[in-house]
Amino acid sequence: MENLSALSIPDINCLIKKGDIKVHELLDKAYKTIEQSSLNTFITLLKEESYKKADDIHLRIKNGEDIDILTGIPIAIKDNICIKGHRTTCSSRMLDNYVSPYTATVVERLENKGAIIIGKTNLDEFAMGASTETSFYKPTKNPYKHEYVPGGSSGGSAAAVAGLETVAALGSDTGGSIRQPASFCGVFGLKPTYGRVSRYGLVAFASSLDCIGPITNNVADSAILLETIAGPDSMDSTSIPEDVPRYYDMLTNEINNVTIGIVRGQLMDIIDKDVADVMEDFIKGLKFTGITLKDVTIEGFDICIPVYYIIATSEASSNLARYDGIRYGWIGNTKYDTLNEMYEVRRGVGFGKEVKRRIMLGTFCLRSGYKDQYYDKAIMVREKIRMSFEKALKDVDVLLLPTSPTLPFKIGEKIDDPVSMYLMDLCTVSISLSGLPAMSIPVGYQKGLPVGLQIVGRRLEEGTILKICHFLEKNGLASSNIENL
Amino acid sequence: MQEYEAIIGIEIHVQLRTNTKLFCSCPAVYTDEVNTNVCPICQGFPGTLPVLNEQAVKLAVRAALALGCKVNSTATFSRKNYFYPDLPKGYQITTCEHPIGENGIINIDNRSIRIRQIHLEEDSGKLIHMKDESLVDLNRAGFPLIEIVTEPDIREPKEAYIYATKLREILRYIGVSNADMEKGELRCEPNISVHIKGEPFGTRREIKNLNSIKQVEEGIRYEIERQIYMLKKGKTIRRATLLWDEKSKITKEMRRKETEEDYRYFDEPDLPVLCIPHSLIKEQEKQIGELPDDRRDRMLKQYGLEKKDIDILVSRKALADYFEGVMKNSNNVKLTSGFILVELVGFLNERGIKFENNPISQDKLSEIICLMKDGIITRTVARNLLPRISERGSPKQLVKQLGLEKIEGEKELESIVKNILNKHPDEVSRYKEGKSGLFGFFVGEVMKTTRGKANPKVVGKLLKKIIG
Ligand SMILES: [Zn+2]
Repeated sequence: MENLSALSIPDINCLIKKGDIKVHELLDKAYKTIEQSSLNTFITLLKEESYKKADDIHLRIKNGEDIDILTGIPIAIKDNICIKGHRTTCSSRMLDNYVSPYTATVVERLENKGAIIIGKTNLDEFAMGASTETSFYKPTKNPYKHEYVPGGSSGGSAAAVAGLETVAALGSDTGGSIRQPASFCGVFGLKPTYGRVSRYGLVAFASSLDCIGPITNNVADSAILLETIAGPDSMDSTSIPEDVPRYYDMLTNEINNVTIGIVRGQLMDIIDKDVADVMEDFIKGLKFTGITLKDVTIEGFDICIPVYYIIATSEASSNLARYDGIRYGWIGNTKYDTLNEMYEVRRGVGFGKEVKRRIMLGTFCLRSGYKDQYYDKAIMVREKIRMSFEKALKDVDVLLLPTSPTLPFKIGEKIDDPVSMYLMDLCTVSISLSGLPAMSIPVGYQKGLPVGLQIVGRRLEEGTILKICHFLEKNGLASSNIENL
Repeated sequence: MQEYEAIIGIEIHVQLRTNTKLFCSCPAVYTDEVNTNVCPICQGFPGTLPVLNEQAVKLAVRAALALGCKVNSTATFSRKNYFYPDLPKGYQITTCEHPIGENGIINIDNRSIRIRQIHLEEDSGKLIHMKDESLVDLNRAGFPLIEIVTEPDIREPKEAYIYATKLREILRYIGVSNADMEKGELRCEPNISVHIKGEPFGTRREIKNLNSIKQVEEGIRYEIERQIYMLKKGKTIRRATLLWDEKSKITKEMRRKETEEDYRYFDEPDLPVLCIPHSLIKEQEKQIGELPDDRRDRMLKQYGLEKKDIDILVSRKALADYFEGVMKNSNNVKLTSGFILVELVGFLNERGIKFENNPISQDKLSEIICLMKDGIITRTVARNLLPRISERGSPKQLVKQLGLEKIEGEKELESIVKNILNKHPDEVSRYKEGKSGLFGFFVGEVMKTTRGKANPKVVGKLLKKIIG
């Protein structure tokens, strides 16, 4: 039997409606694939609850009720997004036993449409990493080559989608954590405009950058997920109070008067040849689609890495201050002689190396006497970066650039070299700093490993991105299925 | 001789009277059982976000306006980062870096105390220390507070006392807080340094744990004396936070501050910049009404009472409102103020009733005062009426029913007086031997017999006539 998870959400919906498949079969297939998989994608499975929901849906269909397009669709959720009554570990020993007392807005919205959350996926500890190697629950493997990393931090979600362990997944993206693993695993990953999707229930890493978005096997699925989870939320004061378009209805096989700005220039000096070759190949293909291409130069990509790491770690140092084991989290001993000893032991043992490194970095950047040189300056440069992207997007509809400067690397290859790991974020952090939406799409393969490119849109123009990406997919220029490319 | 001078600044935290906490919908009540008015947000659970309570912003703006501050059109929330078990998020959200109001003023006697700023922030929880462990109660965590910071304009402990009293009075008047210090609704943290006049300022020390305005004055006085003593001995004064020990009336060092504490402030990314529209400021201006100082001036002119009485009346808005309400019909300043301040307040205090819950309506009291004014009842009868006044019927009817009209006829009273004197021959002879204090005893006996109805003036006259 063909793996049902390879089908698109609209196709599965048709089959369910016609009665050709039961939701139980979808779950059976998903859980069987997960159980037989050696990718280490999931931290927690929500089997019991999922089957209960399937029973429910089955009854509703039997009663002739009309069902939503997401009804019965298995979705995986990155384990830094909260679901009431279930563990939210953030892949940290600190939260190994932590059960959330409430549900994130995005999960609520998915469940309201009948989606079934089948489990929670692996990530870098507190979403800090680009390889899923900093997880307390061991690294996730790349579905294409198991000795390679799936990217990070949403590596579990991306690998689960690519490995057909789920139909779709949600990830979170702070500096590339949806797009880079999507690229490494050969799937679609969309980081929406900052504030487009509520962060309520997403465990904060860097609050001014964190975004939740879909990771899927095709563009239509991303459109459906995004229109479900996006929109204003009274629980998140930074959510944008603007209505959400019906992205899925916007997708057509034809597009007119589209201009793509190709970002080469200084950036290409730092991109590996393997990736650059795939990009040039893709551009050749673009020329036959009627899309207008334009060269665009954006300077200062190199400065984005320090700016990003100053802002992200500063915010993280504050966001992670709440983990003291008093109300929840890893406790260690129950008795400590002094308050300081309690903090030292709990936070010293509860957090992994990379998390501690970033807390220290951020604490340093915010210290009085240093803050004006680091944090304040980074905030100023961030504004400049945002403006240069805004300017670049004036004359073109979207920008095209690589998602990752390299192919997926081997597990263990970079874990002891944090700086080279940070450089993996080169192409993605500038877009995060600008708050813009961007989708990584799988466009080719090198040495048996997938390569993704980013399509970057204007603020709140996820619709344009999805439309263009859907068109490229329909024209065979992007696909999560290696045989189609 | 060297003359020392103290430089005093005060930070006052005030809990705002809102229904819910500052960033979540938990009830702003912390007298309930520990950890009952809490939710994932105010307990700092992972993934939660703050949502601003607009009522708190309104009250903060109102307070800023009442203290003569310029209200900023925007305020920005910052995170003040520090570790303590009663601080669930590991940081406090505060507008201290970009406050709501700035440059205010409070006039005390002949001086002005400048207010540097007023900012909105959240309260922390509370630690409960047990024998060998400490427990955390988060009912108070996330309570809305305003912090009012003065310039170092205060010089004397007494000025601090007056400043705090005035501030509390204003806050109560405009309805932003109950400002009860014993309940921690108002927390006063003075900082004090001492120096020789003409020389640079000394090292600041801050006092916490002052639970009444009286203690604020005492704490400052103690600290000034202690610092002068140290300086005279040639000792250096260390920067420190001190705790006031009310039992032994001394300050104790809580923690030494070698350097300024580093709170690593940065703008709160979870909240947008707070915009304070002009319409909100206008709306809050209207809510302020007459402030105590203005009221004092007006009432002084309008009623011609003594300043001492005006001060007492105005010190509590409910009291002043009541007085003015009664005055509308009673139209007798002396009788009204005297009766309210002595008899009514006494009556309420005896029963432990707060003035705000006074059961006697303004109408009924003005009727009683009119009965006194018209000579129908004595003040004693009027006072005795108070416990019965909450019953049905008007005081007038009650007086009639109970036959409480004043007895003024000399004839009628003369027989009563004679009767009393006959009953107490011993006292009469002692009085005649010079024990003049017994005069009051005879008056009292007459009043007792007449249940207070006798006109005391007439009784006095008669007594003098009969026993000299
Ligand atoms: Zn709460």
